[in-house]
Amino acid sequence: MATTITKPETLVGKRIRRKEDPRLITGTATYVDDIQMPGMHHACIVRSPHAAARIKGIHVKAALELPGVTAVFTGADTKDVGPVPCGASLPGLRVPHHHILAVDRVYFVGHPVAVVVATDRYIARDAADRIEVDYEVLPAVADPEKAIAAGAPAVHPEWPDNVAFHFHQEGGEVDKAFAEAEVVVKERITSQRLIPTSIETRGVVADWNTGDKSLTIYSSSQIPHLLRTLLAMMLGLPEHHTRVVVPEVGGGFGSKLNVYAEEALMGFVAMKIGKPVKWIESRRENYLCTIHGRGHVDYFELAARKDGTMVGLKLKLIQDLGAYHQLLTPAIPTLSVLMMPGLYRFKNIRADIAGVFTNCVPTDAYRGAGRPEATHGIERMVDILAAELKMDPAEIRLKNFIQPEEFPFSTGTGLIYDSGNYDLPLKKAMEIVDYKGLRKQQNDSRKQGRLMGVGISSYGEICAFGPSPATPAGGWECATVRVDPQGKVTVGTGASPHGQGEETTFAQIAADELGVDLDDVLVVHGDTAVVPYGIGTFGSRGTAVGGPALYYALQKLKEKITKFGAMLLDSESVSYSGGCCTCSKTGKSVTLGEIAGASYRAMKLPEGEAPGLEATYFWEPPNFTFPFGAHVAVTEIDRETGKVKVARYVAVDDCGRIVNPLLVDGQVHGGVAQGLGQALYEQAVYDDSGQLLSGELTDYAIPKATMMPWIESHHTETPSPVNPLGVKGVGEAGTIGCSPALVNSVVDALSPLGVRHIDMPLTPEKIWNLLQGGQQ
Amino acid sequence: MKKTIRVTVNGISRNDEVEPRLLLIHYLRERLGLTGPHIGCETSLCGACTVEIDGKAVKSCSVFAVQADGRNVLTIEGLASNGHLHPVQEAFWNEHGLQCGFCTPGMIMASKQLLERNSNPTEGEIRHGIEGNLCRCTGYQHIVNAVKAAAAKIGA
Repeated sequence: MATTITKPETLVGKRIRRKEDPRLITGTATYVDDIQMPGMHHACIVRSPHAAARIKGIHVKAALELPGVTAVFTGADTKDVGPVPCGASLPGLRVPHHHILAVDRVYFVGHPVAVVVATDRYIARDAADRIEVDYEVLPAVADPEKAIAAGAPAVHPEWPDNVAFHFHQEGGEVDKAFAEAEVVVKERITSQRLIPTSIETRGVVADWNTGDKSLTIYSSSQIPHLLRTLLAMMLGLPEHHTRVVVPEVGGGFGSKLNVYAEEALMGFVAMKIGKPVKWIESRRENYLCTIHGRGHVDYFELAARKDGTMVGLKLKLIQDLGAYHQLLTPAIPTLSVLMMPGLYRFKNIRADIAGVFTNCVPTDAYRGAGRPEATHGIERMVDILAAELKMDPAEIRLKNFIQPEEFPFSTGTGLIYDSGNYDLPLKKAMEIVDYKGLRKQQNDSRKQGRLMGVGISSYGEICAFGPSPATPAGGWECATVRVDPQGKVTVGTGASPHGQGEETTFAQIAADELGVDLDDVLVVHGDTAVVPYGIGTFGSRGTAVGGPALYYALQKLKEKITKFGAMLLDSESVSYSGGCCTCSKTGKSVTLGEIAGASYRAMKLPEGEAPGLEATYFWEPPNFTFPFGAHVAVTEIDRETGKVKVARYVAVDDCGRIVNPLLVDGQVHGGVAQGLGQALYEQAVYDDSGQLLSGELTDYAIPKATMMPWIESHHTETPSPVNPLGVKGVGEAGTIGCSPALVNSVVDALSPLGVRHIDMPLTPEKIWNLLQGGQQ
Repeated sequence: MKKTIRVTVNGISRNDEVEPRLLLIHYLRERLGLTGPHIGCETSLCGACTVEIDGKAVKSCSVFAVQADGRNVLTIEGLASNGHLHPVQEAFWNEHGLQCGFCTPGMIMASKQLLERNSNPTEGEIRHGIEGNLCRCTGYQHIVNAVKAAAAKIGA
């Protein structure tokens, strides 16, 4: 139960219900599809039914003849727009030209080919059905390992090997470590393609003002300002005549951390027809055309001594990129490499990535973005090593953790872990589940023929993206704090949230610093005409980078407030606290409202100060943050059906200082649900011809309420030294920690049968086959 | 050919001419401006469009507007009365039963229906009762808490 708490109590650290909720629970919030404009048209996109084909002709006459149809555009009309940008750069990266509508060839099922614009949503759809496209179907390849095999069809004819890039990273003395190792375990581990599935699909409304020659794009996005910069570039518009408004966003999970063809296409259409135009993605389109996540085939080798000391790790990583690079596509597997040593001390590391084109929709950042894959790999390998050495999985982890006195710790992949106490969450989780008791219970249940498993995952993550040199487009964040003449506070943040609750957490931070009520602070975001340039919310960076930007803006503002206070009280000995400036000698005080009023009336100004009460701060983080934690899953397998029952799930997460425990719990629960979805249920399945078989919610199993266990969420709180708030970020923790805990648990349950690894998702069918003595 | 429908929406009686193929969700959202119910899948799987017809929760993306002829429709916008939130709305707020909020109007309508059928549901009954409504943000746990809290409030 949460309560609304107001000053003088400190608000940071309290379970406070959200300020954004009243509009969301009453149906009065505005998402993109809720926007109506006079004269607004509707767009429907014609998409390729083939994964690879030449376009021989597009027949649009029948569509144009339908009353209500305003225009049809094809790739011939839009070929000078764009291309759809790739923000990541790697040495030797091959970047296919990504037109917003296919020009002469299509590369994946769902590839946009034409757009119909009509006065009504239904007419646009009718007209789209009247467009006929002549295709010459070509051979396609949908599996990354098949794509790099000899004789595979070329996704892009100019690069017949289907390799977009090779990336090598090495640290320490890998060959020596492996030569001297007493044991080496190897395994092929996949992280299957996933579909992010925000419940709100993507959507765009574009509005062109012919007089001003200015374009406003309303889009369901995680990155309003970056979107503005890149759209202006794609459409050849000056950026100051381009405005992006991100209204309420119905979930993103990385899928809206992008710049999509349709965003530029709607801008193009609006400029052509001189009327506002709306496009709302259908669920089918969302599954076919919005980025997917993961898509790894990983070959791991882990070297160790017989006492369980790990000494080196090798990884060959095959990344399924899909047909194009979206905004960050090639960068995602490099994050896996950075994170591959996990929380362990060894520094001998070698990774080779092959980024592979396939005739599928591109992969890109999905909750965790490279780090769940890495964590799944190392945490599976640690369990495989423990099984090989007949050691306890907890014991082997505790033996290899970097210890508190070793921080700051330079990893073999070039990171500097700033702080950590990795024993802490694991020992806490073991205590909560009574680990020894569980193992005894497991022994007893095995004697009864039951299949019970206990799985541990100790994860670390890189969050708060990030220092700008380590990011493709700047990793700082900005905040503006404005006190109006009434003394009420408006905070503007560039870290545009989409469900994370920053309208509340940022208000808590501001209210504490300024000593005002929570209700006296309004947090605004998402409109490039309203807030200064910012980067966005992704990579668990909202509070961890946006929060410190706000903190420093508040300090700057408090200096100005104090100067006005000193002037009004005619005293040098003035301090600001509890919403008032007080003179320590006379005890007299002036309120923030009085100071604000005086600052705008400006009858008199402190020396060197300008009128008004406002401060803006752009904060560059000196490092990433490194949250960590331990998750323990207890499972039981039904022998008859192969179904996994999660009997208990304990998460102990260390995300640094907690601003609002209620919201952190929510992030952990949601993160675990997505990790559990990957571990047990979800998989984007393409057939050999590149048709997406899991193309609807009927065929792609995101967890329902009945599929989720009760999550016991606990925390340790080790403040981050990187920022003044001590926060680290928590959005992705649950997802990263969950899948290895579950798979380790199920493999543990099946270990008496000689099972050593199972690839996700752990479907009943796969497990039932294993129980029959067959292959997964 | 258009059909005339008489329908009462959130207590207000209306007469409208609609195409027979117009979906109820589009009628509510685009004709009446009731944008609380959302469209998440158009195939009755996600439940974001859930509204009540004559007191029964339905997925309005799979109902034609003409099927609502002569009936009473209640959307999320009609749930609060005289400025007072419905106990289910209040409980979702108190228990942090939502994040992005997109599934929330449908989830609240489904939860209200569940409590009308079973005033004191167990955790399992709650999970079963909202199984037709998908949420990708919360992992459902705070929604379960919200429904429990609403049950306690309504029963008190």
